[in-house]
Amino acid sequence: MSDITKQSLSELIKNIKDKKLSSTEVTKAFVERSEKSKELNAYVTDDFSAAIDKAKRFDEKPNLDLKLPGIPMAVKDLFCTKNIKTTAGSKILNNFIPTYESTVTQNIWNEGAILLGKLNCDEFAMGSSNETSFFGNVQNPIDKDLVPGGSSGGSSSAVAAQLTPITIGTDTGGSIRQPASFTGIVGLKPTYGSCSRYGIVAFASSLDQAGPMAQNVKDCALLHEVISSYDEKDSTSIDFKRNNYSNELTNNIKGKKIGIPKEYRVDGMPKEIEDLWKKGIDYVKDCGAEIIDISLPHTNYALPTYYIVAPAEASSNLARYDGVKYGFRADGENLIDMYEKTRSEGFGAEVQRRIMIGTYVLSSGYYDAYYLKAQKVRKLIKNDFDEAYKKVDAILTPSTPSSAFKIGEKTNDPVSMYLNDIFTVPVNLAGLPGISIPAGHDVKGYPLGLQIIGKAFDEQNLLNIAFAMEEKINFKNKITDWWIK
Amino acid sequence: MSIDLKTIKHISKLSRISVNEKKAEKLAGDLNSIFEFIEKLNELKTENVEPLTSVAETTLKLRSDKVNSKNLREQIIKNSPQENEDYFVVPKVIE
Amino acid sequence: MSKDKSEYLINRKDNQYEVVIGLEVHAQVTSESKLFSTSSTKFGAEPNTQVSLVDAALPGMLPVINEYCVKQAIKTGIGLKAKINKRSVFDRKNYFYADLPQGYQISQFKDPIVGQGKVILDMPDGQKEVGIERLHLEQDAGKSIHDLDPKNTFVDLNRSGVALMEIVSKPDLRSPDEVNAYVKKLRSIMRYLGTCDGNMQEGSLRADVNVSVRKKGSKVFGTRCEIKNVNSIKFMQMAIEYEANRQVDLIEEGQSIDQETRLFDTKKNETRSMRSKEDAHDYRYFPDPDLLPLEVSDDFIEKLKLEIPELPDEKKKRFIEKFKLSPYEATILVSDNETSNYFENVIKKSDVKLATNWIIGELFAALNEKNLEITESPISAGNLSKLINLIKDGTISGKIAKTVFENMMEGDKDPKKIVEEKGLKQESDPKALEALIDKVIDDNREKATEYKSGKVKLFGFFVGQVMKVSGGKANPQIVNEILKKKL
Repeated sequence: MSDITKQSLSELIKNIKDKKLSSTEVTKAFVERSEKSKELNAYVTDDFSAAIDKAKRFDEKPNLDLKLPGIPMAVKDLFCTKNIKTTAGSKILNNFIPTYESTVTQNIWNEGAILLGKLNCDEFAMGSSNETSFFGNVQNPIDKDLVPGGSSGGSSSAVAAQLTPITIGTDTGGSIRQPASFTGIVGLKPTYGSCSRYGIVAFASSLDQAGPMAQNVKDCALLHEVISSYDEKDSTSIDFKRNNYSNELTNNIKGKKIGIPKEYRVDGMPKEIEDLWKKGIDYVKDCGAEIIDISLPHTNYALPTYYIVAPAEASSNLARYDGVKYGFRADGENLIDMYEKTRSEGFGAEVQRRIMIGTYVLSSGYYDAYYLKAQKVRKLIKNDFDEAYKKVDAILTPSTPSSAFKIGEKTNDPVSMYLNDIFTVPVNLAGLPGISIPAGHDVKGYPLGLQIIGKAFDEQNLLNIAFAMEEKINFKNKITDWWIK
Repeated sequence: MSIDLKTIKHISKLSRISVNEKKAEKLAGDLNSIFEFIEKLNELKTENVEPLTSVAETTLKLRSDKVNSKNLREQIIKNSPQENEDYFVVPKVIE
Repeated sequence: MSKDKSEYLINRKDNQYEVVIGLEVHAQVTSESKLFSTSSTKFGAEPNTQVSLVDAALPGMLPVINEYCVKQAIKTGIGLKAKINKRSVFDRKNYFYADLPQGYQISQFKDPIVGQGKVILDMPDGQKEVGIERLHLEQDAGKSIHDLDPKNTFVDLNRSGVALMEIVSKPDLRSPDEVNAYVKKLRSIMRYLGTCDGNMQEGSLRADVNVSVRKKGSKVFGTRCEIKNVNSIKFMQMAIEYEANRQVDLIEEGQSIDQETRLFDTKKNETRSMRSKEDAHDYRYFPDPDLLPLEVSDDFIEKLKLEIPELPDEKKKRFIEKFKLSPYEATILVSDNETSNYFENVIKKSDVKLATNWIIGELFAALNEKNLEITESPISAGNLSKLINLIKDGTISGKIAKTVFENMMEGDKDPKKIVEEKGLKQESDPKALEALIDKVIDDNREKATEYKSGKVKLFGFFVGQVMKVSGGKANPQIVNEILKKKL
């Protein structure tokens, strides 16, 4: 089989289970393609030869009852992986080798998957274009010098370019859904508390969630089923009944009520996004679902709220990177001098900027005006959704206000960069699940995504709607392998 | 509202990130444009709104008082920047 | 300085100053594992051997709270007659230090687990109530060691993450003596409850001391200074004494007092400012997003109430009412659970009055001399009880009993055996004593004649002689009776 890397996860699993393909063949295929794709800069660290060894060992005694039997997989470099360097895209962790494994990745290996390597991302997941990574830009396989989105930019690029059959990212304000949208793939941000945060380098604890990024909804459902688990090591992990999401997946969404929030029609939104959204509404109707106009009145306040809450938490979460216990240390005359130099040299500009914002909004005299205010507005935003979900089962919006932009286009204007997350951020603030599915192309042929937002813990319904729409949309990613010489 | 250089220097001290004049000026510019956009929140009246800290709708779970006391010293110290078998080592603390 | 009555005042020229003191006591919670991690809390381990991935703040590590520590804090709250808050919140206190791996301490700021309560002090001139403002749970930091290397500081994280209770008093204390009584009482309550071992040498109990002064009669508080991390009662008292005088001197010189954090230098016996100007602290407290609010039910609290033992105040009341002890005796005997248990074991089978005197007198003196705790007493409660019964039933005299007691201190021997082996049994047989007395009178003819002629004072001499001849074993009561007749 020559086109192994073109197969979806589900196809690969079937072929391995039917013994038409071995794990070694599959792993080698993805390793080879990854090696030919260095220009994308999707990987920070590869573990290719170990991966092939593991695949061989799997094939010697294949356990085909597992959900991911011998499937090779690269993961975002924000997940701590035992004995494999984990950098979070930062210089400050450039030499850090965890002695432990994150719960989410452990769940994946427990189901038979094999680590290919660690994927590039924005530094500490702070960014929307993967340009803040210490390890450089990632190329979007759609077009040269196009950003793959962020922060899970290495992940989106790797799945779209078929360097890994599937992957996991993390999403604090849109970091799975926005890059999925920019690269024409599917990305799910699960309900807060669904996937354990144990062993994931923290950005903003009350918002961070790991989630799957895949070529199609079914693969996405399967990986979600593997990674979602209750974990006693994470105090915010929630013990609820988890489905076999892939088994229970159905395209029958007749009678489902889908809300269309008028506040998502933002000023200056390109017509092609507006048109895409309209098309999405038609697809949903075609599937037999009912469209209901709703209002989420505080939508416009979500982004300012997010840019208080997330930096505040980050400023504290990143205090542990101080050059004392691990990671990069700059020489200093005394302890304080060492701290200041280490953090100034070890963190990039965007991370420093956000630490400063966070420190400021928590500092004496500003706490009430900013942090407390933001928490109150966060409550209003959540109330909006609670109100809406009395009338509807899910909400349909565009994933992003534009398609992917050029590398360097927005780096000098932080606010315009932040505006990328305008549609995704409210979902994190309310702790809800959201999925981005590819739904069309803009005039340049760049992919565009639609976002479906679900009720808390209602991932099954969310995936079903996405699955039904996917069938109607019949999206084809336009990738030319331009980077392979 | 405007964030001046003095404020930038104060928060850089609090966050233990050194800044020189040039960097401070750049940061002041960035932060001012970000806060301009954050100020939008002041349009909302929130006196009677309960702040939301966590969206996890559950109570804090308590673990039992059990020791899982493997000695992890080697593992813990392995990644530390200055080598020592027993301790983390930092430049002298001056009070 | 005036110490008449119990009022502690600082005198200068025409002015008298009152000292106002509030304490923030940091008490280590007695538990097997740490507040948010599963590593051991044992004291004295090799450096960095009791440090988990969570304690060392490795990336992606998360806190999970120890139920037992929560229970211990609530029990302590109940012991302090305080309000238990069914909902409390953990906050992050942000600051950088080498022995603070997370870059923040998890503590409770706005919503502590325990609210207002009180502690009753027994002062020489009566009882005094000290208000408790709050009690909250927090993590301890690690230890920085500055003297192992000239250029570097070494960090040991064994203590990092151990649960502490911070118990904040109201500014109700007025003298070093009251501080002494307060800390001891607090320690006693926590030891009764088993929530903190109160071992100050091992750092299980330390305090930040807030001191201010004001002119006597003033109702306004002066500017306070906080003396950080004082680890013995004696040092607390010395620090207060120094600091109060320093503040009074400043006021007398017309200067103002800066509100600041100070350090007590135990070698120089003085406090000095800790704050460097650029480091004005701003802890940026905010609710820890890795933890949810801690909620406890009424049922949870009620169950803990059932586990609360009789506490010193109640026990004291019972001792006074049931055993007719004086308040002084009762206060001493209830000062710690071990002592009161010992006392109650002794009096199970022996006379209360004698037992009280022997424990407070002989036993405490002997233990003190050997620097032993009551739990290490060479004399068991059972054997002390036997000794007291030997006195009570006249087998031995009080004086002989002291000899037997000394023997018992050498090892926990049965007093009956000592009496038998050494032939110390009291002689109460009138016939045998008569013979002895006859001999004494015979040997002291002249004195006997003098007595008979009216020198009655000499009676004591004869008693003494009889006792001496009997080797102290003669029953003095019977000797008295016979002597009276014979003379």
